Amino acid sequence: MSWTRNVMRVNLTEGTIGNEPLNMEWAMEYLGQRGLATRYLMEEIDPKCDALGPENKLIMVTGPLTGTMASTGGRYSVVTKSPLTGTVACSNSGGFLGAEIKSAGWDMIIFEGKSPRPVYLYVEDEQAELVPAEPLWGKSVWETDEWLHKHHQDPLLRIAAVGRAAEQGNLYAAIVNDLHRAAGRSGVGTVMASKHLKAVAVRGTRGVGNLRDPQAFMKAVSAGKKVLAENEVTGAGLPQYGTQVLMNVINESGAMPTRNMREVQFEGAAEISGEAMHEPRKTDGKANLVTNAACYGCTIACGRISRMDQRHFSIKTSPKYWGASGGLEYEAAWALGSDTGIKDMEALTYANFLCNEDGIDPISFGSTVAAAMELYEEGVLTDKDTDGIKLKFGSAEALCKVAELTARGEGFGRILGMGSKRMCEKYGRPELSMTVKGQEFPAYDPRGIQGMGLGYATSNRGACHLRGYSVSSEILGAPEKTDPLSTEGKPALMKSVQDAAAVVDSTGLCAFTTFAWTLDDIAPQVDAACEGGWTSEKLLEVGERVWNLERQFNLAAGFTAKDDTLPPRMLKEAAPTGPAKGRVSDLHKMLPEYYKLRGWSEDGVPTAETRNRLGL
Amino acid sequence: MHPGRWVQRPRLRLKIRIKLYASLGAYLPEGGTNNSAELEVPARSTPRQLMDQCQIPRRLAHLVLLNGIYLAPTERNVSFSEGDTLAVWPPVAGG
Repeated sequence: MSWTRNVMRVNLTEGTIGNEPLNMEWAMEYLGQRGLATRYLMEEIDPKCDALGPENKLIMVTGPLTGTMASTGGRYSVVTKSPLTGTVACSNSGGFLGAEIKSAGWDMIIFEGKSPRPVYLYVEDEQAELVPAEPLWGKSVWETDEWLHKHHQDPLLRIAAVGRAAEQGNLYAAIVNDLHRAAGRSGVGTVMASKHLKAVAVRGTRGVGNLRDPQAFMKAVSAGKKVLAENEVTGAGLPQYGTQVLMNVINESGAMPTRNMREVQFEGAAEISGEAMHEPRKTDGKANLVTNAACYGCTIACGRISRMDQRHFSIKTSPKYWGASGGLEYEAAWALGSDTGIKDMEALTYANFLCNEDGIDPISFGSTVAAAMELYEEGVLTDKDTDGIKLKFGSAEALCKVAELTARGEGFGRILGMGSKRMCEKYGRPELSMTVKGQEFPAYDPRGIQGMGLGYATSNRGACHLRGYSVSSEILGAPEKTDPLSTEGKPALMKSVQDAAAVVDSTGLCAFTTFAWTLDDIAPQVDAACEGGWTSEKLLEVGERVWNLERQFNLAAGFTAKDDTLPPRMLKEAAPTGPAKGRVSDLHKMLPEYYKLRGWSEDGVPTAETRNRLGL
Repeated sequence: MHPGRWVQRPRLRLKIRIKLYASLGAYLPEGGTNNSAELEVPARSTPRQLMDQCQIPRRLAHLVLLNGIYLAPTERNVSFSEGDTLAVWPPVAGG
């Protein structure tokens, strides 16, 4: 089996580190990563607890395939209670840290309590220690990464850290590993900083070799890699254009959130698209995109590495941003771009660099800036509130300035750091916040893609595309095309993609494999690696169990069916242009059927029968 | 015979816009820029004919949107109307 069966427990209050065996009974029911850590969290914390109090816990967790030779098998997740939403949070990241944790011999690290002083966790295989981190407090993620590598004289150290935004209480702060990969959403970085935990630095040398059936595993893994290589999306489209290829697709489909979702098509989309990243710039003749990049073990390599024009107004006096670094992914590009009405790709790249440098979620940040721009244009926010920044839609200068302030947790950046919901409530205009359960929308307007409206309303961590990606069917035609403007069949579609995503997030694999793989491709890999007789059906049941467990966490935290809704703009204001012109989200047509398919009561509560069937 | 009939007869050629994205950008007709080209096509010509004329391999014409609305493979023989926009992608995905 490819679990290490070792759990590290770090009590930050006491400054102690212990190890304990992995609960294998739970591993058989929840597999790993997202599912297994949520099971631990459900057992160990009160869902009503203060997310930023010492009673909350933070779990860094791998999946059984993390660190193996399976393609994309480098993922880890951070599971905790979210300070942004109050729901369960589970943020998934690639890069190399997850495989390093596993290689050091650990399935998960549970952080509890709160350190009286800033510390970082240093792990070298079975050895682990908490080290004072006063010199690092107040530093960015990038500075922290450099300092730790130098201090430990180890270039192969893998590091995850929080930046200044998290230290200052920004509610959507991320944990950034390997400089530009992030457990990005729901404020998991804020929880980490609230515990005075600045970084986790890991060196693992043991590898992951204890597979159930190594020969069968190699065969299954090779077959899986062949499928990825021969698929047009995972073998060609994603490596060449990255997720940013969606910018034009979604814009043409009339589902591009634009100017705080007042509009559904952005006139500047082509200029900030994946295709445009390949084009030579008019200013210096060089393309924004330098190369693609892969996370640990990945044979897709969708990552973007970009280099800005050194003469761009944002960085002409800041050489540290002149090098190549993590570039725009679609989710960052729409939030920083179309939602703010800005088509200056260099400005978006700079804002994205800052999000990586200091660990903030570019989706929530961009969406919050967009809400602030609408408040500013309506005269609710004035220059006095914004530190004199003219916060108009389309202003690249304004975006760059507020990105700097928010990354550092200074001035008006602290207001933006509250997130869209709290900020709009503070200024008396809650209806201008494009959020569900307090988390900002991702890149698909639910008026133009009806299934996604249901997905956002029912997502267990607030508005999110990764909890259930019906866009794949509704827009992209995989595995089969459905009509994005129809609600028919969407409850069943959404349930199936939610359950599938929940189990893929529990394996250690990347969600993007599912553009080519079905669970029939994944099951043989999991089964060869792990005890338990893992079939596609069993995996799907794990996904459903995880989904219901997360739902139970949220219900216990105080959420009800009333929270499964969308902002009034999505329900009452019709899309102004494009194929969805005249449409609103018809959530009410889908939600009752969805509850029924889930085996939940009309109040959205899993029935006793459902709980028994899933062993909850 | 109504005299207006001759005024209202169908145009012989239509102006339309074709947008070819991702790897299909290589098939953009001469004169096109930024993945987009304006063309004049004969009246009653179809997206299928135009894509064939651009030599787009049929297996790569995966996502075909006419004015933003998806055309299934069996629907690609509809006639263009003046001012239509045809956008075509190979299989793509993101997230």
